[in-house]
Amino acid sequence: MNEQLVIAGKSYSSRLLVGTGKYKDFTETRAAIDASGAQIVTVAIRRTNIGQTAGEPSLLEYLPPEEFTYLPNTAGCYSADDAVRTLRLARELLDGHKLVKLEVLGDPKTLYPNVIETIAAAKTLVKDGFDVMVYTSDDPIIAKQLEDIGCCAVMPLASLIGSGMGILNPWNLQIIIENAKIPVLVDAGVGCAGDAAIAMELGCDGVLMNTAIAAARDPVMMAGAMKKAIEAGRESYLAGRMPKKLYSASPSSPTTGLIT
Amino acid sequence: MVSSKINLYMKISINGNLKGLDGNNVTISALIVTLNLTGKRLAIEKNGEIVPRSQFDEVRVSEGDQLEIVGAVGGG
Repeated sequence: MNEQLVIAGKSYSSRLLVGTGKYKDFTETRAAIDASGAQIVTVAIRRTNIGQTAGEPSLLEYLPPEEFTYLPNTAGCYSADDAVRTLRLARELLDGHKLVKLEVLGDPKTLYPNVIETIAAAKTLVKDGFDVMVYTSDDPIIAKQLEDIGCCAVMPLASLIGSGMGILNPWNLQIIIENAKIPVLVDAGVGCAGDAAIAMELGCDGVLMNTAIAAARDPVMMAGAMKKAIEAGRESYLAGRMPKKLYSASPSSPTTGLIT
Repeated sequence: MVSSKINLYMKISINGNLKGLDGNNVTISALIVTLNLTGKRLAIEKNGEIVPRSQFDEVRVSEGDQLEIVGAVGGG
């Protein structure tokens, strides 16, 4: 299918975006990402270890920025100021790269997003020329406000980060999708391939996940399962499901020509 | 206080830790070599301001400066 996901003017054939954290080592990270078919990968920005770092492998060697679209995130930021500062450093780090994932958390226990700080950061970043993919709650009003600010994609949670609880409120996601003129991606909470397929069948433009792959017993196999689920879910959405009815008087086999 | 004595030792803060280093008023490029970070992809903030990579040869670090040196790591 030649049907592409367009984010900030760039087309992607894969609708699965993946994180690069929580893997056993960089070899596994790379193998899982290859199996996922993802073209956009998130990275975190952290203080560099000073001392004894010579020769230590880096993520960038395993995932060359020429091969993937990097999506630097603001994971671990609890204020708009910290998030903006982090992404300005990311832009410098990645040679002026503008596409970023904004997330501002509100609570270290649940990692629930702080939408007030998120909105403040989004305003600053959009004004500063960033292409902002924004992680948020599944509140349709906030999602719309983030779109109006000028974010290039809105990414509501399916359930809490790292929880693997799946899609807890498909109705809210459906409202967000219906209202949005920018891509809507489910970010966080997907636990298995079935969850990813359901997100796509709701009409999401894509899914971003990390733990569902990295914490699977076999991350590389799960990455492949996710790739198929995203594609199947998308096609199922585009094909248009049959209407649900409690029962049907119309069997699939002919009602005539019965042997009597 | 003005001192004519050349100070060849400086204490700076790097990523939140105080570090004593030989030399004072050294360029960021020189500091990267001293810290054994040559060739690493980094972004650097000095006293809250980003130092563009193109200015690593010009911008200097001296006693009391606060640096943040960051890189990309795995994350979701």
